[in-house]
Amino acid sequence: MATYNLTINGKEMQVDATPDTPMLWVLRDHLNMVGTKYGCGIAQCGACTVHLDGVAMRSCQLPVSAIENKKITTIEGLSENGTHPVQQAWLEHDVPQCGYCQAGQIMSAAALLKDNPNPSDGDIDVAMNGNICRCGTYTRIKAAIKTAAKMS
Amino acid sequence: MTLIKTAVGRRSFLKSTAVAGGGMMLGFSWLASCQSKTEAEVLAMPKEWFEINSYLKIGDNGVVTIIAPNPEFGQNVRTSMPMIVAEELDVDWKNVLVEQAPYDAKKYGFQFTGGSRGIMSRWESLRMTGATARQMLRTAAAQAWEVPVEEITTNAGVLHHEASGKSAGYGEMASAAGKIPVPKEVNLKSIKDFKIIGTSRKNVDGKDIVTGKPMFGVDYHQEGMLFAMIEHPPAFGMTLKSVDDSAVKGMPGIKEVVTIKSYKDDFAKGGFDTNAFAEIVAIVGNSTWEVMQAKKQLKVKWKPIEAYKETVTGFGGNKQVKNIPAGLESTTSHNAQMEALAAKPGKVVRKDGNPDAAFKNAAKIIERSYSAPFLAHNCMEPMNSFAHVQGDKVKIAAPLQIPALIIPTIAASLEIPAENIEMDITRMGGGFGRRAYSHYIVEAALISKQVNAPVKLMYTREDDMTNGIYRPTYQATYRAALDENNNLTALHIKAGGIPESPLFANRFPAGALDNYKAEEWVIDSNITIGAFRAPRSNFMAGAEQSFLDEVAEAAGKDPIQFRLDLLKRAQENPVGEKNDYDAARYAGVLELVREKANWGKGDANVSRGVSAYFCHSTYAAHVLDMTIEDGKPVVQKVSCAIDCGVVVNPDAAKNMAEGAITDGIGNALYGELTFKDGVPEKKNYDKYRMIRMSEAPKEIDVHFVQNEINPTGMGEPPFPPIFGAMANAMYQATGKRSYKQPFLGNKQILG
Repeated sequence: MATYNLTINGKEMQVDATPDTPMLWVLRDHLNMVGTKYGCGIAQCGACTVHLDGVAMRSCQLPVSAIENKKITTIEGLSENGTHPVQQAWLEHDVPQCGYCQAGQIMSAAALLKDNPNPSDGDIDVAMNGNICRCGTYTRIKAAIKTAAKMS
Repeated sequence: MTLIKTAVGRRSFLKSTAVAGGGMMLGFSWLASCQSKTEAEVLAMPKEWFEINSYLKIGDNGVVTIIAPNPEFGQNVRTSMPMIVAEELDVDWKNVLVEQAPYDAKKYGFQFTGGSRGIMSRWESLRMTGATARQMLRTAAAQAWEVPVEEITTNAGVLHHEASGKSAGYGEMASAAGKIPVPKEVNLKSIKDFKIIGTSRKNVDGKDIVTGKPMFGVDYHQEGMLFAMIEHPPAFGMTLKSVDDSAVKGMPGIKEVVTIKSYKDDFAKGGFDTNAFAEIVAIVGNSTWEVMQAKKQLKVKWKPIEAYKETVTGFGGNKQVKNIPAGLESTTSHNAQMEALAAKPGKVVRKDGNPDAAFKNAAKIIERSYSAPFLAHNCMEPMNSFAHVQGDKVKIAAPLQIPALIIPTIAASLEIPAENIEMDITRMGGGFGRRAYSHYIVEAALISKQVNAPVKLMYTREDDMTNGIYRPTYQATYRAALDENNNLTALHIKAGGIPESPLFANRFPAGALDNYKAEEWVIDSNITIGAFRAPRSNFMAGAEQSFLDEVAEAAGKDPIQFRLDLLKRAQENPVGEKNDYDAARYAGVLELVREKANWGKGDANVSRGVSAYFCHSTYAAHVLDMTIEDGKPVVQKVSCAIDCGVVVNPDAAKNMAEGAITDGIGNALYGELTFKDGVPEKKNYDKYRMIRMSEAPKEIDVHFVQNEINPTGMGEPPFPPIFGAMANAMYQATGKRSYKQPFLGNKQILG
């Protein structure tokens, strides 16, 4: 067990955890920030996607010991009150069904648009292929990303 | 307007407590606190709530809380059911808050999410709920203003009396209305007067979802709760022998290792008490990660099961005896067993005319066999449950589809009265049938009892995927007899599966043919199965619609016209009396999709497949357009026509159809779970192929047949036929028919 100083959504936070604890569980169990979801634990589904210094990462594979001095953004901190263009576009297209994977989808989409403000269908396919949605909302996700690109 | 008696639903209108002192303030539960409301909106919350009936509270400022009775797993009933109440109550949708009902059979009846029955089964009672409340508000206004109730009109939450010019918001009359007896009969609106139903309303949980608010079972939190995970046998056909927890006990954060037995020996199982692994080990600790580490170190010995029989009681008290064989089963032996049984006569379920003679006299016989593998549900949120047992009481919070059916099991296993079970129904991160079998709640409760603490149990993805309750593996052989003029003269279906037959003997094309025979067979297994989005239909539709496509081609007919000709026969001169479909509505969706997809006028470079099916009281037809790029199928567009009667929330219904189409294409092309010596060979998404963004259809165009028929199922019906549309389009693209799911198998490149 060690103490880690983390910057999450712009706030300084301190947690006691074993060094190998993935950020996913630090967020969910230690900090009770449960917007980031567990889906597979092996970086295959994207439900746990967060931003590490602005880059989309699977938090199930990010040990807490590796991220000190880096800035983490989670779905809770993507915007003040759901006002990020991706979140707004998601609402406009009424994307979610069950909603479980959507935090990860949104974090992947937000990171994509940051690097590539006007992505093609192919760019979206590549950036979003790591996020599984069993409800099958992919067509709406793609449409919402295009809307968000126009809004940004 | 339709005048209806309220008697049917009167039990639903029980009030939680008497409305004392002119009103009552009801506390908000954990789940209710998860509302999509900004701070400014919360400030507009009423000072006082008045309960009109168990589904409705009206605030002094006119804000209305409508209770959503059924569990939500993405079908959007938390929006569409309150829309139905709001319609008849005649309120402005902007002033509606939605609150999730806990499990409460007395107040909310059968809180069931499954079988696409939600809206269908609650259509009348939810309308009545709103209409009776509106009537009580009108009566209260009439009494206050001393005018006849008939002269009171309503509009968007305001009561009016035209002659006197008086008007009042619902909030002003809510206290008085709460004291008025529930009327014995009420008028329901005419469908043409609907203002909310039939208009698209956004998901009431949209904002909470996109901002990551806690709402799912796994998000449930109680101060001091412990985290638990299970270890179940690695193979079907195995059970617990012994556990050695010595390596685990001292690990950081680990509290206890316990073994649990989910059922008492004499427990009479219900139809949803399916569970291959009733004796398991649980590890309990301070955090998920610590428990996961201990799980890797735990040493458990397993032993083979002995064969047994069990009797389960399903819906309507139907008892079914299940034979559970011993042994470690493998897909290769399953396939050989299925082939062997498919070659023998099955149990004849329906026979019309003289099919044997028709086949004997046929000019041409087409015989084709179709098969599909076991499938795992793969809800994105793994199975989980919170439980806190205290003495003879338990508090549960869990994602589940049918609360009422797990209550007797929890009560029996904990040896407590059923009324001592308090259960919050959380949002489900997917269900697809899997969460109708909520043994994980019993497990959480037994773990909590043993460790004497609140516990949140969560399965790992691997636990979830290897735990059973799968879509069964199926096989079907279709035979068609054609005469010298290529007319279809007889059809013979023989279908079976492990351990369930997929056959629907009375579905189309039964009824459209003079000579028809349907047979079935079943092979016992110790691999557990359960409902999976449109059970049985999810295989039969693909097989049947692929076969009809092939027969149409052999007969030299357009595939849509060929189906329409059969449906015309079924409509004008049906064979048999048990046909379970309406041939005119069936033809209606084919005609609509033919028009919307511009059938016959497609791009020559695009391959098209058509398919239609009827299940869950709804008709769905698809035209799928695909191309092949770099050897991979690319679905360019799916056009879809659905007849599910009145559509409550059109855009949400479209979303569900789009999802069913995408999910179906994924399962058709990639979905497969295989076994070797009882062990599921895929445990996570590195091996289990799910459809992904780049493989989803580029466009989906959904159309609904417009009519005034009471709503029917929506979540499942668009799913089964897409398997056939995919197969038929692939044939057009490659010249090869697909008989075996998954169509792409392990290879990802076509041709």
